[in-house]
Amino acid sequence: MNIIRKASTTILRPQFNYQKVILFPGDGIGPEISKAVIDIFDAAKVPIEWEFHEIHKKRVTEQGDLITEDTLKQVKALKYALKGPFETPIGKGYRSINVTLRKRLQLFANVRPCKSIKGVKTPYPGVDVVTIRENTEGEYSGLEHEVVPGVVENLKIVSYNACQNIAQYAFEFARANNRKQVVACHKAGVMKQGDGLFLKVCDDVAKNYPEIEFSEEQIDTMAFKLANDPTKIDVMVMPNLYGDIVSDLCAGLIGGLGLTASGNIGKDCEVYEAVHGTAPDIAGKNLANPTALLLSGIMMLKAMKLNDYANRIETATYSVLEEGRFLTGDLGGKSTTTDYTKAIIDKL
Amino acid sequence: MRNCIRSAFRQNPQLRGAWSQNYLQKPGEGALKNVTLIPGVGIGPEITNSVRTIFEALHVPIKFDVLDNFNFENDESKKQLRKNECILLGVMTEKNQKYTDNYKFYKYLDLYSNITFAFSFDGIVQRHNNTDIVVIRENTEGEYSGVEHEVYPGVVESIKVTTKQASLRIAEYAFEFAHLSGRKKVTAVHKANIMKLVDGLFLQACREVSQRYSFIKYEEMIIDNCCMQLVKNPTQFDVMVMPNLYGSIVQNVVAGITGGVGMAAGASIGKDHALFSQGCRHTGTDIAGKNIVNPSAMLVSSTLLLRHLGLPNFADQICRAVQNTIQVKNIKTKDIGGNATTDQFTNEVIKSLAK
Repeated sequence: MNIIRKASTTILRPQFNYQKVILFPGDGIGPEISKAVIDIFDAAKVPIEWEFHEIHKKRVTEQGDLITEDTLKQVKALKYALKGPFETPIGKGYRSINVTLRKRLQLFANVRPCKSIKGVKTPYPGVDVVTIRENTEGEYSGLEHEVVPGVVENLKIVSYNACQNIAQYAFEFARANNRKQVVACHKAGVMKQGDGLFLKVCDDVAKNYPEIEFSEEQIDTMAFKLANDPTKIDVMVMPNLYGDIVSDLCAGLIGGLGLTASGNIGKDCEVYEAVHGTAPDIAGKNLANPTALLLSGIMMLKAMKLNDYANRIETATYSVLEEGRFLTGDLGGKSTTTDYTKAIIDKL
Repeated sequence: MRNCIRSAFRQNPQLRGAWSQNYLQKPGEGALKNVTLIPGVGIGPEITNSVRTIFEALHVPIKFDVLDNFNFENDESKKQLRKNECILLGVMTEKNQKYTDNYKFYKYLDLYSNITFAFSFDGIVQRHNNTDIVVIRENTEGEYSGVEHEVYPGVVESIKVTTKQASLRIAEYAFEFAHLSGRKKVTAVHKANIMKLVDGLFLQACREVSQRYSFIKYEEMIIDNCCMQLVKNPTQFDVMVMPNLYGSIVQNVVAGITGGVGMAAGASIGKDHALFSQGCRHTGTDIAGKNIVNPSAMLVSSTLLLRHLGLPNFADQICRAVQNTIQVKNIKTKDIGGNATTDQFTNEVIKSLAK
């Protein structure tokens, strides 16, 4: 059985009852880090089968999407997808891939857990925060116009339904992951109706989760606390723009986007992704760090209830990072992608 | 400011009588200047008292017109605001609010430029050293326009307004400040990849102004990357200019990096008036009246007032004394890891002045 498994590592295994998962390898270092993740998942004998799909460089639909209708249908059908980094095409006439996925698949929540990694030195040890960001509306509704020459308006939309969805998700997430506190971040002192609505909805939802401590904080005070002492912060839920800023701030606290997992959650499907860039200067040179994509994949396994496999791979990864003998260039080491991958496989 | 502090801290007796310490005044400039003082509530009176005590010890030629019980609803009070050019503000807030009401001053007096200085103090434990950042934030529009309405039950629109005029004048202020302060780089912070028109307009204004200051390096950075860079590597930043909301967030991140709310100094400058108060506007109601509040931020803000009024020597002396008290004598209030009371701290600063 083992021999058969080893021989078939490099091809898609036509196994029965394996759950299919969509994979968008991406551009630049995307294919290399995707291969690393595939190899590690294989070695851990994770019962999933990858289905490869492409993100195109030019629009392939009338709306300017960079992925085909078929791909979108498949994501909805298979429910889980993992996405590598991709290039932003130059020029106009296309819709950003993130916007496509978000709008067409109704991915209303963006979840970014940030936990300090032993072995990665940052000025902020002991961080363990999760940013849950409303992903569909707010300041990113794209509704802008010039009122008169020199005066421009941007409309920030806050709707009860979207607030309800994200607040509900945040508390469910906290409950399912044994988190103790949820903080709602807002600027309701200034945007009394907009963020005021968001806050009120969070308050109402909190009442159904008495075991979780709910509090609220203005976004600027939250930013201060994160930069000053992030160890006291647990789960944060917030509207779109603040979530964008805070999730990147948190990534900075633990060592950067190269180590950060991210998940986009919808009611019907979930897309996990590496949020760093394509690093074209090191693409194809076997130097890339696959940790971000790997951690996102682990997040996906946990969502698929394959916790045993997820935990094994996670423990192995953290162990290699802590030991520090096989680190890629971005973390100050000299190992190649394949070396690092092999080190993790050895630890499984 | 950086150069003044560095040279002063060297405590070099040869500096006495050196060029930078001498002020060549027009006859009569040493006459008393009137400055409005609003102590406010909570920790406000404690920290403004600290400032007054120290100003008296130094014989600063300033007379404070104190406005106790200042209220924006009261038209008489409001008129008195316009009397003097400069206002020193403690802490003003409506009852039961966690955050201060400074924006009312900004709107009424059109104080369009909000500046906070954040630099690493050697005596305070912090995660990044050698930080020296000035954040210049547009203070009158953007997300703080307060224009909102419920379009449909359960659907609210908040309108962020950006004008070319406001963007141009804040960019102009930022570059002018960098020019006159000997600063090397201005970073414009934005989210124009998503909010193409509003932040695009802001960037356009910054680019236009930067053309006239070709000797100052100009760069642009997206707000989320900026926050990440601030917690990873803040020494790369010099002067930063940005619209209202991002300014609020970045000012707080920068205060968090350099040692906390107690240390951040802030000023709001307009064409005809200027307001000086703490950089971060937390009301500190939980520590009011207990004599434990850190008056450093207020003291450093008062030195900004002195610089604005053309009294740099007094400003240098106070900065030096505060630094000396914290760094050399190791006397700190609770928020930065010590156990001195407000009064003790103030007295120690006065003793340092005498040296």
